Amino acid sequence: MAMFIRVDLDASLQQDVDLKKRLVEVCPVDIFALDGDTLTTVDANLDECTLCDLCTDAAGARVKVVKLYE
Amino acid sequence: MRFYEYEAKQLLAKHGVALPKRTFARTADEAASAARELGGATVLKSQVLTGGRMKAGGVLFAATPEEARTAAERILALPISGQQPAGVLVEERRDIAQEYYVAVTWDARAKRPVIVFSDMGGIDIEEVAQTHPAHVSRTHFSNLRPLSDYVAKLAVARTGVTGNDLAPLTRIVLNLARIFVQYDLTLAEINPLAKLSDGSFIALDSHMDMEEEARGGQRALLAELAIADTDTRQARPPTPFEVDGARVDAADTRGVAGRVVEFDGNMGLVIGAGGGSLTLFDAVRSAGGKPANYCEIGGNPSVAKAAALTKLVLSKPGVQKIAVMMNVVSNTRADIMARGVIKGCIDAGRDPAQTIAIFRIPGSWEEEGAKILRRYGVEYVDRSVSMHEAAQRAVAKMG
Amino acid sequence: MAILIDEQSRFIIQGITGREAVTMTRELLNYGAQVVGGVTPGRKGRDVHGVPVEDTVRAFTERMHVDGAIVAVPPAFTADAVHEAIEAGIKLIVIVTERVPRRQVAQFVEYAEQEGARIIGPNCLGIISPGKSKMGGIGGAAESTRRAFTPGHIGVMSRSGGMTVEIANALTEAGLGQSTAVSIGGDAIIGSSYAELMPLFEADPATHGIAIYSEPGGPMEAQLADYMRESNSRLPVVAFMAGRFMDAMPGVRFGHAGTIVEGRADTTAEKIARMEAAGIAVAERIEQIPALLKQRLGA
Ligand code: SF4
Repeated sequence: MAMFIRVDLDASLQQDVDLKKRLVEVCPVDIFALDGDTLTTVDANLDECTLCDLCTDAAGARVKVVKLYE
Repeated sequence: MRFYEYEAKQLLAKHGVALPKRTFARTADEAASAARELGGATVLKSQVLTGGRMKAGGVLFAATPEEARTAAERILALPISGQQPAGVLVEERRDIAQEYYVAVTWDARAKRPVIVFSDMGGIDIEEVAQTHPAHVSRTHFSNLRPLSDYVAKLAVARTGVTGNDLAPLTRIVLNLARIFVQYDLTLAEINPLAKLSDGSFIALDSHMDMEEEARGGQRALLAELAIADTDTRQARPPTPFEVDGARVDAADTRGVAGRVVEFDGNMGLVIGAGGGSLTLFDAVRSAGGKPANYCEIGGNPSVAKAAALTKLVLSKPGVQKIAVMMNVVSNTRADIMARGVIKGCIDAGRDPAQTIAIFRIPGSWEEEGAKILRRYGVEYVDRSVSMHEAAQRAVAKMG
Repeated sequence: MAILIDEQSRFIIQGITGREAVTMTRELLNYGAQVVGGVTPGRKGRDVHGVPVEDTVRAFTERMHVDGAIVAVPPAFTADAVHEAIEAGIKLIVIVTERVPRRQVAQFVEYAEQEGARIIGPNCLGIISPGKSKMGGIGGAAESTRRAFTPGHIGVMSRSGGMTVEIANALTEAGLGQSTAVSIGGDAIIGSSYAELMPLFEADPATHGIAIYSEPGGPMEAQLADYMRESNSRLPVVAFMAGRFMDAMPGVRFGHAGTIVEGRADTTAEKIARMEAAGIAVAERIEQIPALLKQRLGA
């Protein structure tokens, strides 16, 4: 269970195949993964999030990185 | 990485340096039969990775195989500087006319290898260097130019050796320097290098150290000497706690959590890195604290690695609290460390607020780190609190 | 003024496309350093944060003047990269890579001596002349670098990268800025020792005093003490000594050569005695360094 970070994915993301691939690519700590065609977040890696904003740069408001300690 | 005498001698033999006839024995029985085969008087030497064997009683003489057995029994039962011997080296005893000394090592000032040679060898060589400086020569050689005979000749001749002894001694010195270069050694020493009554020279004892970083490149040599990858050759074998520390580091390539060493205290340390760890360990001790461990964490470790190290330190019996401290950091992130140590506490079933005596990691992402710590009720101090003050505060909380 | 680098210094980064090097490049540019190029074989034509990448060092040195190179390639390729930089005529080489085999270090250091090039490192955080430029990851992001390092008159040298920053930060907190801070590297053999950098600080009118970090092992502090006794230096030196606890846990001695070559000089107690005898003040805590310097500067 992640203690510090939650990543929310907007449902509309699942329609955008290129963006899903990009998210898997950009995250330096492998927080995004494709389960078949479905984009998911990897629970074990969430707390490793470096807050680098690469995912939000790619997906805009459709990805939200939430700091659980705030 | 350190070699046993019997291994060093294998290298010398391979490169044409004359040695006494010898057998490595792991048991008293083996030692007795080795002495029988060698015939005549023998000398038995404890195989440990430390100097000062003679004074510790680790070198004994035997006239018969039975005496050799008794001597081996005594040696095998005698730890030296806390080390259990790996075995005994049984050697034929030779009559010595004169003792010489030769070593090749790095001179960090000159940044070159240096050959140290003396015609007054033996266990008091350091004293000889003080009292008879003219009998101890130091000869540097280039890292770039090919190693030429004259360098070795110069090392020997500088102590006044000439005549028939110059050529054979030059050859031995040259061979030793070649061994030093070829196997990435940091020390190659023959002491004593003995002149026998017939005028020939043999290496009676030898010390060799190889650079730790060279282990990868010297696989062939290690295989030849049957030294396993897992054989660390540390002065004392690592404790299970220290082995687990190494495992934490190896499990994840991000950052380092190295040099975990165990002590008796009640205060766990999650500190880093090299110089910062040395400083903080001193600071804790001078504040009257009792560290449970030493460690060096840094290089921007992952949350998982910081958590695993924290959990390991907390698993040590008697550890009441941990102090998390670093110097002002450049690439390690305060927030990642904060996440890691809090997670480690919780994984270990401890309340971070009660367990983390202090958190002092100023530098990159410190504001974010402070937020996380505040949320969990952990005391955070910034760079306005020095490393020594932070250590003092942590010790004061130990009660 | 400063030593080694200033706002005019133009340098390249060898291994610029590596993960850590990409971050470093951005930090250096944000700090105002003149990173004019990067080298990664096979990546010619790309750029890293706008810095052009070439396959060879000569691709840059043949068309422009290059003052220095940062070597940030993996250990197995470090020697090659350093030889390439020296051969291309670069005179200042900062090696950040750790775990470079000692013989290889000794080889390129000797080659650099022959060619009149200076090496800093390996295994170091680099050099900074605060407010002017920096070479290497020292201080991290530009903003935290500005917080720890301020322009001024103290030269800093440290075998520990992290402690270079800690000491500079303590000086900054006490109102003492730095002329240049050099993380000289933590290995047994390095390009430039304290004593070898002293003449540069000596010749820099902006430097009024020196702070160093020292620790057990090696002859570097003894060499500095010798320098101070023989040179009649104008610069007051304050040293902080870490790792005093190690004196109580002696390493298992092996062989005699080390003692004969270096003398019995590598415990902290021995080093402190030697430095004090040479007029170097030794601090027990980092926070004592500024006051000790101020006393000696008569400020
Ligand atoms: S902020 Fe960076 S590390 Fe975090 S999820 Fe997004 S891409 Fe991954």
